[in-house]
Amino acid sequence: MTVINATSLQQALQALRDHPGARLVQGGTDLMVEVNFNRTSVNDVVALRQVNELKRWHIDDEAGAIRLGAGVPYAEMERSPLREHLPALAQAARTVGSPQIRAAGSLGGNLGTCSPAGDGLPVLSALDAIVHLQSVDGTRDVSIHDFMVGVKKNTRRADEVIVAVTLPLLAGYQGYAKVGTRNAMVISAASACLAHDPLGGSVRVALGAVAPTVVRARQAEVWLAAQANLRGALRISPELAREFGQRAANECSPIDDHRSTATYRRHAIAVLVERLLLRGNEHRPGVAP
Amino acid sequence: MSNEFYRLTVNGMQHEVRDAWAGESLLYVLRERLGLPGTKGACEQGECGSCTVLMDGEAVCSCLVMAATAVDSDITTVEGLSVDGEPTDVQQSFVDAGGVQCGFCTPGLIVAVHHLLDRNPNPNELEIKEAISGNICRCTGYGRIFAAVEQARDQRRATESR
Repeated sequence: MTVINATSLQQALQALRDHPGARLVQGGTDLMVEVNFNRTSVNDVVALRQVNELKRWHIDDEAGAIRLGAGVPYAEMERSPLREHLPALAQAARTVGSPQIRAAGSLGGNLGTCSPAGDGLPVLSALDAIVHLQSVDGTRDVSIHDFMVGVKKNTRRADEVIVAVTLPLLAGYQGYAKVGTRNAMVISAASACLAHDPLGGSVRVALGAVAPTVVRARQAEVWLAAQANLRGALRISPELAREFGQRAANECSPIDDHRSTATYRRHAIAVLVERLLLRGNEHRPGVAP
Repeated sequence: MSNEFYRLTVNGMQHEVRDAWAGESLLYVLRERLGLPGTKGACEQGECGSCTVLMDGEAVCSCLVMAATAVDSDITTVEGLSVDGEPTDVQQSFVDAGGVQCGFCTPGLIVAVHHLLDRNPNPNELEIKEAISGNICRCTGYGRIFAAVEQARDQRRATESR
């Protein structure tokens, strides 16, 4: 086993090419659990901890979007100024593990592991994120919806590094909520992210831990757009929000496992989605939640 | 990097780690190879916080750091907090307030509380609870731990305003 501590992106990409099958590690909070319990055999490792290019973010005003490096730790997403730009991501980041985990963990790891319960992934899905991949041969941009293909399966090629995600800066409400067996340090039994685009007139909702990948409730989204005017401030009646939650719950395919049951997960999704939509009614532009 | 040996900087000192399997956690290397058993290991999956160390100033779970990737980082363990073997103000507060029972979680908590107070000298109750939310204690019920943190906080403020 060899560990290569890359100090630049170029060095990491070359190391991946030179060591086919090498595992990438950013913070290590997923991989090391597997290693500690002998659940995985690791051969070569390319460590991204010291690759500063992955820890940067910047706003593209013209595009109205933010490009967030794959190695930015959750701890930074929780804080200003990222919290104001990406409020749902900040809420999701706050629910990841413990402060110690959030100091190390990142979206690159969340995407690389691609668990349906990954806390950042519903946010990326609801915001129609673009995932930026890079290899020594060049770059590739993939929609988050094409990136996640199964339980812990994504379309990253073995020689590619997840370098960043691009997310739109929306003026409307963005919220994230999850349910687990306790309040702190818990892996989701069900999670949801709702994002309102008041200019485009849409409400998008993504659901976590209730299907092989994070899924969008697209039929419910279309239904809601036909029922209510989604341009400008949201004014959703409680009855409409309840039905929206139930329709969203019908679009997921949860299973029974050690964390929860399918029935409970579906119920939780209905409640979370209804709650998030009603919170959208309270949103005032420019005021962080 | 060759894995025949690598260097770690722990508590300001360089250590050579030889003949180690490259997948070993920082927790394991600290305890079993570098003779620094102050850092405790329990869950080995980032749940309990008893292995908390400072890495480049951030509190992290050493069980989830692959030690061979921690070269070029400044690592501080509980052994590196005190000067000349005297208890730190946080350690003394834990003793005074009775925040130690079985003591297993204590080193991780001490590191986490130093990290908190060094960044935020005046944390409120919620901030204290959040800062140590990754450190599980099964004995105290936390009341005396919160009291210890508040005592350390108040003493630092009193010293500064003097």
